[in-house]
Amino acid sequence: MEVYLDNSATTPVCTEAVQAMQQAISVTWGNPSSMHRIGLQAEHLLNQCRATVAAGLSCLPGEIIFTSGGTEANNLAVLGTATARARQGCRIITSSVEHSSTAESCAELASRGYDVVYLGVDHTGRVKEEDLAAAINRDTILVSLMAVNNEVGTVQPIDVIRRMVRRAGAPALIHCDAVQAFGKLPIHPQQLGADLLTVSSHKIHGPKGAGALYVRNGVKISPILFGGSQEQRLRPGTEPIPAIAGFAAAVAAIPDHTQAFNHVTALRDRLVAGLQAMPGVFINSPSDALPYLTNISVPGLPSEVMINFLTERNVHVSSGSACAKGSKSRVLQAMGLPDSYVTSALRISLSRLTTWQEIDAFLYALAEALATLLRR
Amino acid sequence: MTEILLIKAGELVLKGNNRRTFEQQLVRNLRRALEPLGQWQFSLQQSTLQVIPANSQMDMHRAAAHVGQVFGIAGYSRALRLPKSMDAILEHCAPYLDEQLVGVRTFKCEAKRADKTFPLNSPQICAKVGEQLLNAFPHLKVDVHKPDVTVNIEVRDQYAFIHANQIRGAGGLPVGTAGDAAILISGGIDSPVAAWMMARRGLRLAAIHFASPPYTSQRAEEKVHKLLGQVAGYSGRIRLFVVPFTAIQEQIKTRCPEELFTLIMRRVMMRVSEIIAQRENCGALITGESLGQVASQTLEALACTDAATTMPVFRPLIGMDKDEAVQIARQIGTFDISILPYEDCCTVFTPRRPRTRPKLSLVEQAESALDLDTMIDEAIEGTKYMAIDA
Repeated sequence: MEVYLDNSATTPVCTEAVQAMQQAISVTWGNPSSMHRIGLQAEHLLNQCRATVAAGLSCLPGEIIFTSGGTEANNLAVLGTATARARQGCRIITSSVEHSSTAESCAELASRGYDVVYLGVDHTGRVKEEDLAAAINRDTILVSLMAVNNEVGTVQPIDVIRRMVRRAGAPALIHCDAVQAFGKLPIHPQQLGADLLTVSSHKIHGPKGAGALYVRNGVKISPILFGGSQEQRLRPGTEPIPAIAGFAAAVAAIPDHTQAFNHVTALRDRLVAGLQAMPGVFINSPSDALPYLTNISVPGLPSEVMINFLTERNVHVSSGSACAKGSKSRVLQAMGLPDSYVTSALRISLSRLTTWQEIDAFLYALAEALATLLRR
Repeated sequence: MTEILLIKAGELVLKGNNRRTFEQQLVRNLRRALEPLGQWQFSLQQSTLQVIPANSQMDMHRAAAHVGQVFGIAGYSRALRLPKSMDAILEHCAPYLDEQLVGVRTFKCEAKRADKTFPLNSPQICAKVGEQLLNAFPHLKVDVHKPDVTVNIEVRDQYAFIHANQIRGAGGLPVGTAGDAAILISGGIDSPVAAWMMARRGLRLAAIHFASPPYTSQRAEEKVHKLLGQVAGYSGRIRLFVVPFTAIQEQIKTRCPEELFTLIMRRVMMRVSEIIAQRENCGALITGESLGQVASQTLEALACTDAATTMPVFRPLIGMDKDEAVQIARQIGTFDISILPYEDCCTVFTPRRPRTRPKLSLVEQAESALDLDTMIDEAIEGTKYMAIDA
């Protein structure tokens, strides 16, 4: 049995998505912009997919811009807002624990002369509200923060952040990277107070190569790619219908949030109970983190060694973000963890399809690792 | 304590003995508009309608957006319904109004006390609530003349209500109270606007579209579906009839003078539409024509078009400039659909020099060359029906 506990990196594609993609790639292969019937059928499918994804976010179909994934959606949100609002101000506020696609987009803006402020976080990974209050001024055009951290699972209070932005009277748009939250928590951009919101297909049992940026009705941002009039000119290029169809099918397959959430919470509680019984294992995720993500450290055992040991036993976890392969976790450093914790971090990430057996197999393999590797 | 929608009826409150009919239709229309979002309870008292969600999980953002598209409503607001006690009002006013008050600088309170047995009078209620809000939001100032937000406290027979600024409703009269009419829709900017304007006066809509394949495409027809879908957000379901028109256009082209082509085509459209409209119990036709906009919309041309039908023809855009129509089209969300670049039946076979001052007798004489009755029967025979919803 393969024990896959790296669902925050990617998820196995669900059968609904596979079927939808097969249909789209072999039957509905037309270009949605073509005048003829073959094209029209593809456009119909695209419209259906858009409506499905919109329903998953409780928003309007016109508010969904399909992209190639979370990275592109984050780039579009950050760079597109900066260009569109350049005349209104130049300050951009983000945090030191964002995904690299947001962090690097902001770094690019800093090199173009924008005033980028990186907020620190407390030991739980949460943005410090007083720092945010101090950073927001009337020049602030964008606040970009993630809903759920991809390494430790900390939930950011986006609604509180929105309130502070409004209080300050800043002309800022609020962008929320909800890649790790979508499909796990009920995400309503409007209730959350986000103007822009990123979701990705392959984190919710859909295929890679698709994602979306929610752009609230009436909000104007600029494109970062140029070409045809697809996706309201914000994302030109012929739409990859098979990937989008798989994405939509995966969204439609998301079950009732409460039920899945309770299942995963029970799994997480078992996992944590097992971990707490092991001397030398420390849990880095805060106790109120999203149950789908648990970050631990075993000081003295480098992450890579542990991952190698576990993967030989068919147990697959990661050291942190797959998009930051090899480098030390910025997130754990920002949380103020000692170096021995940062270099030995492991991320165990679950999905609604994770089973009790997988949790037990992981705990068993981890105990074996501790017994074997720590003794050497 | 429940959040509800508080709706003030529009001009139907001026109605006399038949006011009930209007109110009942408004409630029916609201029920249909809100149905997709869950179960709602409606309670009407003195031109104010309470819309109460069945549970607290329901999406009030979207509900408010839907209500904003229902005709017959002057204004609406999301409101907190509370037990009738000053303690409850004071306890809940600040947390409930947080979203509205946090980003503004000034406010004022307005109290209405329908229940005169309530221990405090209106100025006293205002003073108490004002004080509470000033304590909770130290950045706020009171401005009784031009406040950013007006906080309303209404003490009614059974409950008290708190709400911030009332949002302007879509106005007009409830759809269905004025009867039925049929819009001739092409795919341009004007006809959806005309449909929307007449629905706002209480008409339930049928729509008639003339398709001319292969000169016009399936996409042109779908554009009409999209346009009507957008209008249906306001008007409720629209019955669409798609009439095959190629044969008629081709015969007009071969048998009639070129300079009269558009005009004769319009007259045939009127005749076909009249037949469908009568079958659908419609009392009028609606077009998006505006005086002088194109050759077929001069005074003489419109007179010739009108002579083809005995039904009243409503042209709500007749006295409007193009930019006014565009403004409404943008407001109701049809503009971006209308500018999609597909041929429609009116742009096929356009004459090079159309007659701008046609004489009816000459037009009728030209028309006699056509085999009209057979062609109209065939067109009606081939008409497709579909229901368009928002």
